[in-house]
Amino acid sequence: MSLNTPDTQVCLWTLQHSESASLATYTANGGYEALKKILAEKTPAEAIIAEVKTSALRGRGGAGFPTGLKWSFMPRNFPGDKYVVCNTDEGEPGTFKDRDIIRFNPHQLIEGMIIAGYTLGAKAGYNYIHGEIFEEYQSWERALEEARAAGLLGRDILGSGWDFDLHAHQGYGAYICGEETALLESIEGKKGQPRFKPPFPASYGLYGKPTTINNTETLASIPWIMRHGGQAFLELGKPNNGGSKIFSISGHVNKPGNYEIPLGTPFADLLEMAGGVRTGHTLKAVIPGGSSAPVLTAEAMMACTMDFDSVARAGSMLGSGAVIVMDDSVCMVKALERLSYFYFEESCGQCTPCREGTGWLYRIVHRIEHGQGRPEDLDELLRIGKNIGGNTICALGEAAVGPVASFVKHFRKEFEYHIENKRCMVGS
Amino acid sequence: MPLIEIDGKEIEIAAGSTVMDAAHQAGITIPHFCYHKKLSIAASCRMCLVEVEKSPKPLPACATPVTEGMKVMTRSPKAIAAQQGVMEFLLINHPLDCPICDQGGECQLQDIAVGYGGSASRYSEPKRVVKEKDLGPLIATDMTRCIHCSRCVRFGQEIAGLMELGMPGRGEHMEVMPYLETQVSHELSGNVIELCPVGALTSKPFRYSARSWELSRRKSVSPHDGLGANIQVHVKNNRVMRVVPLENEAINECWIADRDRYSYEALNSDARLTSPLLKENGHWREAGWQEALEHVATRLAQIRESKGAAAIGALASPHQTVEELYLFTKLMRGLGTENIDHRLARADATVGAGARWLGMAIADLNRLDRVLLVGATIRKEQPLIAQRLRQAVKRGAQLNVLHAAGDDLLCKVNARLIGKPSAWLNGLGQIARAMQEAGADLGTDVGAALAAISGVSDHARAIAASLMSGEQKAVLLGELAQNHPAATQLHTLAQAIAVASGATLGFLAPAANSVGAQLVGVLPGPEGLGTHAMLAEPRSAYVLLGAEPELDAYDAAAANAALRGAEFVVALTAFKTDAQDYADVLLPISPFTETAGSFVNLEGRAQSFHGVVKPLGEARPAWKVLRVLGNLLSLGGFDYDNAEAVRGDALAADFAAGLNNTPVAAALEGLMPGDGLERVAETPPYQLDPVVRRSHALQATVDAGVPVVWIGSELLTGLGIAEGGMVRVRQGGGEAILPARRDDRLAIDTVRVAAAHPLTATLGARLGPVSVEKV
Repeated sequence: MSLNTPDTQVCLWTLQHSESASLATYTANGGYEALKKILAEKTPAEAIIAEVKTSALRGRGGAGFPTGLKWSFMPRNFPGDKYVVCNTDEGEPGTFKDRDIIRFNPHQLIEGMIIAGYTLGAKAGYNYIHGEIFEEYQSWERALEEARAAGLLGRDILGSGWDFDLHAHQGYGAYICGEETALLESIEGKKGQPRFKPPFPASYGLYGKPTTINNTETLASIPWIMRHGGQAFLELGKPNNGGSKIFSISGHVNKPGNYEIPLGTPFADLLEMAGGVRTGHTLKAVIPGGSSAPVLTAEAMMACTMDFDSVARAGSMLGSGAVIVMDDSVCMVKALERLSYFYFEESCGQCTPCREGTGWLYRIVHRIEHGQGRPEDLDELLRIGKNIGGNTICALGEAAVGPVASFVKHFRKEFEYHIENKRCMVGS
Repeated sequence: MPLIEIDGKEIEIAAGSTVMDAAHQAGITIPHFCYHKKLSIAASCRMCLVEVEKSPKPLPACATPVTEGMKVMTRSPKAIAAQQGVMEFLLINHPLDCPICDQGGECQLQDIAVGYGGSASRYSEPKRVVKEKDLGPLIATDMTRCIHCSRCVRFGQEIAGLMELGMPGRGEHMEVMPYLETQVSHELSGNVIELCPVGALTSKPFRYSARSWELSRRKSVSPHDGLGANIQVHVKNNRVMRVVPLENEAINECWIADRDRYSYEALNSDARLTSPLLKENGHWREAGWQEALEHVATRLAQIRESKGAAAIGALASPHQTVEELYLFTKLMRGLGTENIDHRLARADATVGAGARWLGMAIADLNRLDRVLLVGATIRKEQPLIAQRLRQAVKRGAQLNVLHAAGDDLLCKVNARLIGKPSAWLNGLGQIARAMQEAGADLGTDVGAALAAISGVSDHARAIAASLMSGEQKAVLLGELAQNHPAATQLHTLAQAIAVASGATLGFLAPAANSVGAQLVGVLPGPEGLGTHAMLAEPRSAYVLLGAEPELDAYDAAAANAALRGAEFVVALTAFKTDAQDYADVLLPISPFTETAGSFVNLEGRAQSFHGVVKPLGEARPAWKVLRVLGNLLSLGGFDYDNAEAVRGDALAADFAAGLNNTPVAAALEGLMPGDGLERVAETPPYQLDPVVRRSHALQATVDAGVPVVWIGSELLTGLGIAEGGMVRVRQGGGEAILPARRDDRLAIDTVRVAAAHPLTATLGARLGPVSVEKV
């Protein structure tokens, strides 16, 4: 089995083909077979959910919640409208995988959403696409047209008597709209602000109706699971971490990009695949799961395998699989300043700790970076972080605290050097 | 009913309640900012975080539902730590300059900071500064103080029905603002001042005039619309400084209309009359009370002697107290005249069997399933009744409307029947006919009369179908229906519809004491004339109690002519009104804040209040003035020592037995609308009574703007008038030149020109024929 080839690829295998996004390419390689089988055999929803549970597919958007379990929360026999929503609001810094799925293999996502709609009793689905990726949005719209023309969407899908349609919704670039309830508000035409939970979307979602929201990569994995079986998917990865996952590697590597490899692959292998650390430099730190994930030192990271459990044990999270590699040229204070600015800028402002706290964190880090730090600042950062974390409506507060707490924890000396010498340790 | 434990206390609480509700029930205070019992849950300030057993994170009490066996700790170290953390965040960007903030002393943030804030700030970064917003003449802003609780925004969305304020921007850049830089103009807008937990939104007229701890708080009742909103009057150095709501769930809940809040500005204005004035040789001079009253008594006795008592007309404002109105009636009847009325804007003087009232409790409005509003411009006339109906509609009630204009009621309207005033009888007839066709029994007389109705419109059918379904129903007659020339017939038809559909018939009393005035008999006697007749057939003398008939009368032009032509006019008034032009004696009386008195509101509830300040200058409570006049005229029964004694005689213990909405039998004629253009004229909200007319702040609002002539597109084009162009409006011999504005929600052949305004006082009948031409 060679990594990052169709042997291990669940979503990005169409890249091996020219016209990778086309319906023809997808169907010529087994696409929509799973859907056809389900509709022809009228596979019971329980059986599909059981298959997804077997696969140990965990949410690819960041939280890693078991998909089969999430689907089982949906009151699918509840009368009235229900919705399936795909979250392609890929705004987490470092993450650039979902855009490639809708650009290069949109039909697999369409098939996945149709199967989800069938399983969850929905009549319609929405794909919420991040505001900054317009070409991908067009690619998705084109694919929808192709699918409609082929009778795969709309009324009486493939003669089954069952109706389902999909719509695209272009976001406007707010990070917070990637939070699932803010995303629902945004689709409803309101300001994107997370809702207080409970009630959860499974009971009160889009337009107040039961709704299931999954990440793009999660939904695109469904046809593979239904075609090859949950067990095969599970075996592709490792127990409790089924399947392959796309890792978006950025930063100081020679070959940044998306690599779709089985969960459980050693980080060292992934790094090697990405061409290793920039020539002439050594690995300093890695953020393994997108900007919200706590940073890990080179040593800790090299001991990890790339799966939810291993990275969590190391003190971080696999998140969306965005691996940000930093070599020895990086000033950790400057890096944290940039990250803190992001959360300060992207906080929706709805609830107090995040609205006020993210600005406070950023301003202190900014001061340290600019040679105006004070010795008490580092403990103050940690104290402020504690007052944000766990006290907010959504997870953005914690996401803002993650980098601050981990940077100070692992690279405290560098921060102290900055405060004391009013300049950077790196390169001095 | 789940059993839960909160701070060690076991309580049983209704399922579906929140931890906040449980805390209230247990008498435990949880600090909060965004939570408000009348608004939806935002759970965004995070101040009410509490510890809940088995929850790894602290939870917001306002949004956390109770569950069986739940254990809540509101004061545990974990809860306190969370609350203190939130408090610190709220304060880092909030100016710490309470001594110069108008909210100081009555600020929730300040109060809670005492309990949960640090003694010094640890925040040493630059603080946020937010640009001020111009919200108009009523609300001042200090937006840097805003803590983003969103109460004001939710108030607009949920209570007012109009989202005039929003919170654009993200994170720290989020700001409360009117989206399009327009001013806030909703009739309930001032309530955001109390809702604002900090000094971001404060009262503009009150700003920097007193500190909250310097103010004495005195209970009173709003003297404006028929609701009788409970208010708290704040007084400093014998001067009314401001008015805020006094919570009364059965009447105004925790809200008041802007009118109730800002009218106080008139009380100490230059417009107050502070000394009795006598006109001598065409010139006014100040006089002592004794001289002035003797003069009045002498002149009235002379006129009675020479012309007979019927030559005297008596008009009282329904905004005067029960006590004043009672003595006024007693005085006038003692003089022998039966020309007595308080219904200044009525065309139809018919006196009913009892006092017309709402027919139900105000609070029952929220529980209605079906409503038919007849001739009610309810948003402007009774803003808080409109609010209650809005809540009922949100609950699923169907609101139906018969009016001359399809105004936006800021809630869903099930069906509207829009027609010019003379078509209303026909409109109600159509509804009744549709009900009849659906099998309803409209009674013998009405049923037979309905044969004259030819076509029934779809709108009428929709209203009929609506009224024939549902459980709790009401047919409510608004001010226009009461002022209508065919008011008695409208009443008869509305009653038949109400009976046939199982609805309650109600009247929306236009003034604070309309019901009280009827109860004490400020109405023409059997031989007497109503307002309209005694002005159309001028009297030799008029006695006015708080009334400004030259503005408020159904036919203002006729009123002006009658008053100016009278031999003798005495006006008991708190203000220097236009009576200066036509009266012979002006007697300064106390407005509601300077006298004890009572109002009976539209649901028939008598509410008494005390004077909260001493009378200004030589002004005296009207009941005292009338007492002296009665004695000077040697009429018996005027020896009262206090207002309570007057009230005892005025309102019997069982006065509620006098509330009666049974119509006076009237033949249903005129079921076909008249020809030609008709005027529809309402009293603008800030021209309702002498007090609001003289409040500077209210007069600076959009609602108090120059009256315009509202015309439909078709007519506008037909007349060759551009929108905004000046038009001449003629009624009878009078005319007014005013700007024209387009309103395509108006009925065909209808022109809307406000009444009760100095610029339209030259016009005639409020609901009569009119002509319009290009200037």
